[in-house]
Amino acid sequence: MITIQQLVFYFFATLAVIGSSMVIISKNSVRAVLYLVFTFFCMAGIWLLLQSEFLAIVLVLVYVGAVMVLFLFVVMMLDIEIGKLIYSFAKRWPIGLLVAAVMLGLTVWTLSAPYSTNALPNPPPFPADYSHVKVLGALLYTDYLFAFEVAGVILLVAMIAAIGITFRGPRDIKTQKPSLQVQVRKEDRLKIVKMLPEGDKP
Amino acid sequence: MIPLSAYLILSAILFAIGVAGIYINRKNVIILLMCIELILLAVNTNFVAFSHFLQNHIGEVFVFFILTVAAAEAAIGLAILVAVFRNRRTIDVEELDLLKG
Repeated sequence: MITIQQLVFYFFATLAVIGSSMVIISKNSVRAVLYLVFTFFCMAGIWLLLQSEFLAIVLVLVYVGAVMVLFLFVVMMLDIEIGKLIYSFAKRWPIGLLVAAVMLGLTVWTLSAPYSTNALPNPPPFPADYSHVKVLGALLYTDYLFAFEVAGVILLVAMIAAIGITFRGPRDIKTQKPSLQVQVRKEDRLKIVKMLPEGDKP
Repeated sequence: MIPLSAYLILSAILFAIGVAGIYINRKNVIILLMCIELILLAVNTNFVAFSHFLQNHIGEVFVFFILTVAAAEAAIGLAILVAVFRNRRTIDVEELDLLKG
């Protein structure tokens, strides 16, 4: 008997795995970004199933709405010759598959071991007036206030650093260059020409 | 109901796909950054799943901070990428060998 939760879980899980596979398979960067957006949407659905609504919404708003749009913006702004970046997928995929299979095998083996967390029971459902935002906010503004402020400073530093790295300075503006001004010699500016006097002849 | 191991295996699959993407695609820096985002997504899913099953919200607070740091990392990484592309006219990893590493 398949419950509605299982149906939703397997639906989103299948779509997320397909989407993330397409991210690493697709040769076009724009398509890869769009598939990653799709994967984020699917995982937001999974997070909703885990009853963390606030984080699911943050994932969609902040990640899809800001970070992925930034990726898309950079991909479209850089004038990349796609032809140069086509890699030989046929040559590379065995090592990728090997690494993925080893990591996945080890993880699944660990999870299926007798001491694993399989026996952890499903928690009881929250009451109807439960607010995830309230719980997270109470934690963030009391126990983790310092970390919260540090996170704000990190975002500020990242913003300043991103602007500082990409800012090229004002262009086409006339400015004084004092170092050049003091180097000027008299000969550069003033030329004395010997010539006969001109004007009305006596 | 869905057991915890289902969520953990799903995030392990996403993590493995992200790592495999880094191995497969060693040319385009943008796709490498996207694979890192995929790995972070898998890790965050682990945190949220454990936090739900242990009925403990500290994992979700941690996810919040991971999202913050990942956003900062993406912003700075893409800024560096734009600066590199301006100077070298390429984002091919194999051509970014000024350090002779």
